[in-house]
Amino acid sequence: QVEQVKLLDRFSTSNKSLTGTLYLTATHLLFIDSSQRETWILHHHIAAVEKLPLTTSGCPLVIQCKNFRIVHFVVPRERDCHDIYNSLLQLSRTAKYEELYAFSYNPKQNESEQVKGWQLIDLAEEYKRMGVPNANWQLSDANRDYKICETYPRELYVPRTASKPIIVGSSKFRSKGRFPVLSYYHKNKEAAICRCSQPLSGFSARCLEDEHMLQAISKANPSNRYMYVMDTRPKLNAMANRAAGKGYENEDNYSNIRFQFVGIENIHVMRSSLQKLLEVSGMKGLSVNDFLSGLENSGWLRHIKAVLDAAVFLVKAIAVESASVLVHCSDGWDRTSQVCSLGALLLDSYYRTIKGFMVLIEKDWISFGHKFSDRCCQLDGDPKEISPVFTQFLESVWNLTEQFPQAFEYNEAFLLQIHEHVHSCQFGNFLGNCQKEREELKLKEKTYSLWPFLLDEQKKYRNPLYNPDFSPELTLLEPNTVSFNFKFWRNMYHQFDRSMHPRQSVFNLIMNMSEQNKQLEEDIKELEAKIKRRNGQPDAVLEKEHQQSAHPAPIALKTPPCFKKEQPLIPVNDAVRTIEGSNTADNRYSEFVAEFSKAEPAVVSLEYGVARMTC
Amino acid sequence: MEFAELIKTPRADNVVLHRPFYLAVEGTLCLTGHHLIFSSRRQDNAEELWLLHSNIDSIEKRFVGSLGTIIIKCKDLRIIQLDIPGMEECLNIASSIEALSTLDSVTLMYPFFYRPMFEIIEDGWRSFLPDQEFELLSSVTDEWRLSCINKEFSVCPSYPPVVIVPKSIDDEALRKVAMFRHGSRFPVLSYYHKKNGMVMMRSSQPLTGTNGRRCKEDEKLINATLRPGKRGYIIDTRSLNVAQQARAKGGGFEQEVHYPQWRRIHKCIERFNILQESLIKLVEACNDQSHNMDRWLSKLEASNWLTHIKEILTAACLAAQCIDREGASVLVHGTEGTDSTLQVTSLAQIILDPRCRTIRGFESLVVREWLQAGHPFQQRCAQSAYSNSKQKWEAPVFLLFLDCVWQILRQFPCSFEFNEQFLIMLFEHAYASQFGTFLGNNENERSKLKLPQKTMSLWSWVNRSEELSKFQNPLFEANSLVIWPSVAPQSLQLWEGIFLRWNRPSKFLDEAHEEMINIIKYNKELQAKVNALRRQLAEMETDDRMQENL
Repeated sequence: QVEQVKLLDRFSTSNKSLTGTLYLTATHLLFIDSSQRETWILHHHIAAVEKLPLTTSGCPLVIQCKNFRIVHFVVPRERDCHDIYNSLLQLSRTAKYEELYAFSYNPKQNESEQVKGWQLIDLAEEYKRMGVPNANWQLSDANRDYKICETYPRELYVPRTASKPIIVGSSKFRSKGRFPVLSYYHKNKEAAICRCSQPLSGFSARCLEDEHMLQAISKANPSNRYMYVMDTRPKLNAMANRAAGKGYENEDNYSNIRFQFVGIENIHVMRSSLQKLLEVSGMKGLSVNDFLSGLENSGWLRHIKAVLDAAVFLVKAIAVESASVLVHCSDGWDRTSQVCSLGALLLDSYYRTIKGFMVLIEKDWISFGHKFSDRCCQLDGDPKEISPVFTQFLESVWNLTEQFPQAFEYNEAFLLQIHEHVHSCQFGNFLGNCQKEREELKLKEKTYSLWPFLLDEQKKYRNPLYNPDFSPELTLLEPNTVSFNFKFWRNMYHQFDRSMHPRQSVFNLIMNMSEQNKQLEEDIKELEAKIKRRNGQPDAVLEKEHQQSAHPAPIALKTPPCFKKEQPLIPVNDAVRTIEGSNTADNRYSEFVAEFSKAEPAVVSLEYGVARMTC
Repeated sequence: MEFAELIKTPRADNVVLHRPFYLAVEGTLCLTGHHLIFSSRRQDNAEELWLLHSNIDSIEKRFVGSLGTIIIKCKDLRIIQLDIPGMEECLNIASSIEALSTLDSVTLMYPFFYRPMFEIIEDGWRSFLPDQEFELLSSVTDEWRLSCINKEFSVCPSYPPVVIVPKSIDDEALRKVAMFRHGSRFPVLSYYHKKNGMVMMRSSQPLTGTNGRRCKEDEKLINATLRPGKRGYIIDTRSLNVAQQARAKGGGFEQEVHYPQWRRIHKCIERFNILQESLIKLVEACNDQSHNMDRWLSKLEASNWLTHIKEILTAACLAAQCIDREGASVLVHGTEGTDSTLQVTSLAQIILDPRCRTIRGFESLVVREWLQAGHPFQQRCAQSAYSNSKQKWEAPVFLLFLDCVWQILRQFPCSFEFNEQFLIMLFEHAYASQFGTFLGNNENERSKLKLPQKTMSLWSWVNRSEELSKFQNPLFEANSLVIWPSVAPQSLQLWEGIFLRWNRPSKFLDEAHEEMINIIKYNKELQAKVNALRRQLAEMETDDRMQENL
């Protein structure tokens, strides 16, 4: 515990600050300011801690978080600062899975609830919903014991005609043994999205089993015998891989395939792109042109567009040509996961529901071995393995929700919350790099699943404008990927910089209102029932009396019970009137209100004008 | 002149109309004195397109064999294409459109011919008179007076006949001050902040010249607005450099020695041709769908449009801040005081004054701070983003103002009585309209043209309940606070309702908006019903109790 610590405003150019006390707990860093407002930061969320050179007011400490929160403390004594710095370094770098928050987090669930929570998402059920197994696709037990591919799940769906030797042969010809398997089956088109890793083709190697495997996939589609093979890498990268004995499919060796590069950059490019984006958006006194050119130079939106363009290409193959598509990149767990999951999301409205989105993440990301632990740096590890691949997926989905405001059951808060927990290590879902590792860690016994908690709070994550039977054409989303449709996701990268957000949220308002509408509908039912009951009393005199006294006597109004009931209406009315989001549920803006309703002494340095005051 | 002389081919059949995101339609094209009319011949779903000639910004023609194609680019940024069979017809039509869309004389414009098809409930020309404004003011302070010094537009040609000035300054002094200010635009009251009695005034630059001329009356006039011992702020919308250069041409700025109680702040808001170029570049970038991401972002940046937005908003916030937070009076001016000055004074009022965020209040603001204040609409809005004329007085000054209002509206979506459509409507009418409101460059010209007698006011049309309902913001809840917008680049956005309006299908967004309105409507209905039922139940209970007491 350190007192008299100052929390600086990130974008203020005049060192405006809050003074308070800093606490370190086993799991969190806590700052309580003089007006008793609390800022909690989970140690696992800390991406970097930096000590800046000593200043006259104390020792500055900058903490960068994985959820893009940046806090800037000034600790009065250097020794304290040094201690905090060292403790945070230790606390934020965990060496072993067992030390992660998830293993100590206890949400007061009993064992059966815990088990039930983990059973909430059942992928076998999901494949059944898609319509497999069926005449062409079957469940393979080849990987039952993770013998063929360690990073795949146990249960895999493959074409019926792909025998075990073909599977084994194909897996030996694929990087990390990740042979082609089913990711999504489109019932109406009978076409499939399959995924795998790159072939070990080098400059000329071929593998008959792998060729058979691809043939089996194309044959499993009765509506189109041609299939697409999408290599999601830029062509140059794929060619470079040939020198290392890897590479891409030679169209001549495979029958009936159409090969296509789509050019999504690798994890290292994405990592440095995000780094550049954050550097720009974190600048003080940023000008519009610096922001736009920084946005351009970071390439971030270009990458998001590339990911979405790839998904659109995939969807066209399936929806227009009824052709199956095999997607891969290098190892088939980053770009492949992005493209397969976004493709499915565009094709199938189920994945646009709250539950469906959880299923989609479980299927294409968790079960198929997207390396969450490495990519999100859950353990102290190789910084070159870190990459915002999943963040890009969420951002692509957010872009779609902006274009199709009524097509999604969930809202932005849902995406942000998932992003929060991918990094928080509070729940077991995203720990580890693949299913095998998760089983070894006994996550299902020792930790809790995130999904039941999100479902419990789903009111918060519901899109009030969602229209499940919008129109049949909307089963398929056809997004417009012209550049101007992609916007900077302010609520992700500046989630905690409240002064940048709109001061009144239409979204929250509508959400509250549609919640209130449900309550009102019930109230009406209840009231009508009451009135009916009363009218039902066969007291003719009373009836008459009732008609006569059109003017109720005010004396008798000693708060009849039904007037008390009007109370709950008031807070919601308030919500409508909410100025600058003073609604408590909407704590994102609550800080702001306090800031502006307080008549602070006007110390305004006019050089900076309002830019200083408001950002 | 007869319009018929200009129309060589009044009608062409088998014309095909192409619009982005719509199927091509075949139909008949007619030209009248003021409109281009296209009507499809399909019986089932007859469609008509009426386009004001004055809305046409530029026109291009192309020929493939005998099939001519005319591409019409409008001031509201829409682009349509007409395929006209027959070389001669096409040429005739193109030259007619060209002539009709560039008529020289104001009195030939459509507003002089337009006869309203609606009943006039309130004459918009008389809706916002300075007297009413002054009446409101005098109910809170008696330090100001209404001066009729400009009755015949004799003192300042770009000011209205009556202006509000400090009570202690007589007309004689005003005449002297007028001599000292560019275009005779002496300082007048723009806004009175009821909360603390501080004021915002506006004027043009003082004519100090290189030898530092001074005018005692000018000093006295603006000092009259200061409280004893208090300082005021002069916001010069030009950079210090530009202001200094202006001295060589006889202009200049208030020198500290002569205005010791005032602190001068320079803000750099760009002028005419730079703004016009910015608009042209922005629209070009928005219209090209083939740009990759890098190119789009660099074009958006190169247009500088959002930089202008940020600069204008920042200057307006600064003015508002001086008044509300610093408790100081403010004088705003640039060079002429007819462009950037008005942007700043009107936006500051949106920030400070809840009344300006209502529909009527906003209309009154546009009338006071733009029309009566002498923003030269006719010059500035003569051409829009597709113009190739290099006349230097065209500039999207008013559009930038509307864009800034939209930015604030987006940040405070519940604090405005009007919606985005209202702002878009004002943009359209400022550039081409059947109403006379935006004709002329100032009140003087409007009165010479006899606009109030000869044309219909936009406000007469808008302020009828049928029209108003389209422009009402369902989320509006009066907010009496000062609203401080964020001017961080991350908080500013491209105004899609204007710039991407014709470039992308908006079906899904429109439907979502409709759904939102339905939820709000439904909520109101339910609340009313619940309250009615409760009352009914309460009455019944009261009756019961009375029954018992009996």
